[in-house]
Amino acid sequence: MTGGLAMGTFDVGSTMMLDTLLPMAAAGQWPPLALPSGAFALAAVNWHSVLFLLFAALTCGFAVAVVAADNVVRMALYLVFSLGSAAGLFFLAGAEFIGAMQLMIYVGGTLVLLVFGVMLTAQAPFVSIKPSSSDRTLAAVAGASLLALLLTAVFSVDAWRGPGAGVVPAPSATPLGMALVGVRVDDAPAGSPVTGRSGYMLPFEIVSVHLLVVLVGAAYLARAKRRKTPRAIDAVASSEPLDRVAAQVRAPGSPSQAPGAANRTAGGSSSALVGGGR
Amino acid sequence: MADFLIGFGLPGWLAWLIAALVAAVLILNIIAGGALAFIWAERKIAARIQDRLGPTRTGGRFGWLQSLADGIKLLAKEDLMPDGADGLLFRLAPYVSFCASFCAFIALPFAFDVVGQRLNVGVFFVVAVLGLEVFGVILAGYASASKWSLFGAMREAAQVVSYEVPLGMCVVVPVMLAGTMDLVTIGEKQAGWFTSWYLFHDPFTFVIFWIYVTCAVASVNRAPFDLAEAESELVAGFHTEYSGLRWSFFFMAEYGSMFLVSALAAVLFLGGWNGPIPLATLAGLSEGTGDSAAYFVRLLGLANLIGKATLGVLFMMWIRWTLPRLRIDQVMTTCLKYCTPIAAVMFAGAMLWQLLLPAGLFPGWRRPAGEIREGWLEGPGGSAVGHGASVGAVAPTGDGVLATRSPR
Repeated sequence: MTGGLAMGTFDVGSTMMLDTLLPMAAAGQWPPLALPSGAFALAAVNWHSVLFLLFAALTCGFAVAVVAADNVVRMALYLVFSLGSAAGLFFLAGAEFIGAMQLMIYVGGTLVLLVFGVMLTAQAPFVSIKPSSSDRTLAAVAGASLLALLLTAVFSVDAWRGPGAGVVPAPSATPLGMALVGVRVDDAPAGSPVTGRSGYMLPFEIVSVHLLVVLVGAAYLARAKRRKTPRAIDAVASSEPLDRVAAQVRAPGSPSQAPGAANRTAGGSSSALVGGGR
Repeated sequence: MADFLIGFGLPGWLAWLIAALVAAVLILNIIAGGALAFIWAERKIAARIQDRLGPTRTGGRFGWLQSLADGIKLLAKEDLMPDGADGLLFRLAPYVSFCASFCAFIALPFAFDVVGQRLNVGVFFVVAVLGLEVFGVILAGYASASKWSLFGAMREAAQVVSYEVPLGMCVVVPVMLAGTMDLVTIGEKQAGWFTSWYLFHDPFTFVIFWIYVTCAVASVNRAPFDLAEAESELVAGFHTEYSGLRWSFFFMAEYGSMFLVSALAAVLFLGGWNGPIPLATLAGLSEGTGDSAAYFVRLLGLANLIGKATLGVLFMMWIRWTLPRLRIDQVMTTCLKYCTPIAAVMFAGAMLWQLLLPAGLFPGWRRPAGEIREGWLEGPGGSAVGHGASVGAVAPTGDGVLATRSPR
């Protein structure tokens, strides 16, 4: 059992199925494990491509379902499935760190969306959202033109057209972490003294401080306001747990939101829910 | 395993499929079988703590078969759904919970290299997937069209999202000590006597382990943090409207998650599959001694890890039946005013400890066996730098990084 129960890594065969249609497949890095050649009974089928197609179909299908659904909570759920399938694509491509990031940030961040959806649809007017036909047309035109633009751009890159990447060793997260603290172990040119400037220390620090500022700002905006002459009703409202829900929920998951706007939404909807619950 | 099957002349794709299925079925059995055993244990422990006997009749003197009888009862129950419920989401919610719990097991090592899929970012993956279990609870609460369920679900959302912050901080400390997020490597670096466990690495890790325990109990929704199903206020919380098999899926997910966070604690802090006394090493067995020895060592490791995780689950049951439930504001206070600051301070402390006292209080007392960085601490001659002076250097202040640079 030297390989343990390792599973799920497949060889990239010499024949890429549908490779011109799948530019992402070629851009990804493949798992390093190679099966002995000749072991394929169904040599014509590239199982990596099959799995890729499966996850890609799931991603696109649920993405369409997000648009087609008219209930906010269902939309959020389909978005979770779509983003989760995209994480599966990353894992399939051997980019484990990005896959886990996708799960943590995007799928986890959608949790907040789901919570807001639940808060909104606890009130009747928002239970179902049906856009008018003009809205649909406008959205379809905008979406189709963006898609056309992206497809043109993607197909214009020659390197993405075929399985040019070949078998690349699975990247480890350690060089990434080292690069963030200023040491590029992967990219040290031979013979040259690598200085501390080669890594991403400064951007990392800037982003960290920025996130800290956002956190402190969110905490400041979300805290219970103290009045000079406290009224009893305010005391009750500020000890309401759902206000804390709204304040807590969005802090770690989605730091890129504008804190003020999100917070206003949270406060309004939570009090609406509490009102509805009584 | 797939290579082994290919050796029998099976085609490659079939071999991979069988290997994957075997791993999946084993994990599924650990969750389902574990749930059966733990439910029985929970009944007995609760009963003993409350000065009762618990199940005594079904299947012999100790009620061994009580869980099985419960299972049959649940199977036979009518599958109810409220009129106003959102049918699709209502049916889907238990499976979402269960799938999240199941997926996290994929990256969990049960012994050296006995792991569904060894991920380079194992810790991160497990923590990320564990947080997804709450989706099922929120969906259940929303789809039930019941205010008790909705309140329970929103409490759960608040609690889980808040406790992910200190939990993440606690998990980062062993990652920092080991220099990798690979769970297999983290476990292997604690090989040797129990003194080389990260729990006893320094005082800060000892404290942060208990923070981890608190946050883990909270993140899997066990009492005293089971606000989502507070039966004194919310009937049964998010699963008020569920019955029968769907209800039991939530419970399988809950017991699966309990086992998971306990096993994660074991791997991160309690030496993983390395027992308190290195019996195999003392007996002269190791991975390299031979095939049968390797099997034996891994079997021993498996027993060790499952034993430790089971102890963790039993600890959670002990806590549950001993402490009263917290209020929601107390839960939040515990997280934000106590766990998070303490975890942050302990994180900084562990970092400073690594910088100032890299060899520990008593040099030579602890085995520096595993303290070799993954890949980047290669010395000039290809030998790993890590013993002696630069043991456990956190920041790139150790000689190792310089060693990578200078020869080029």
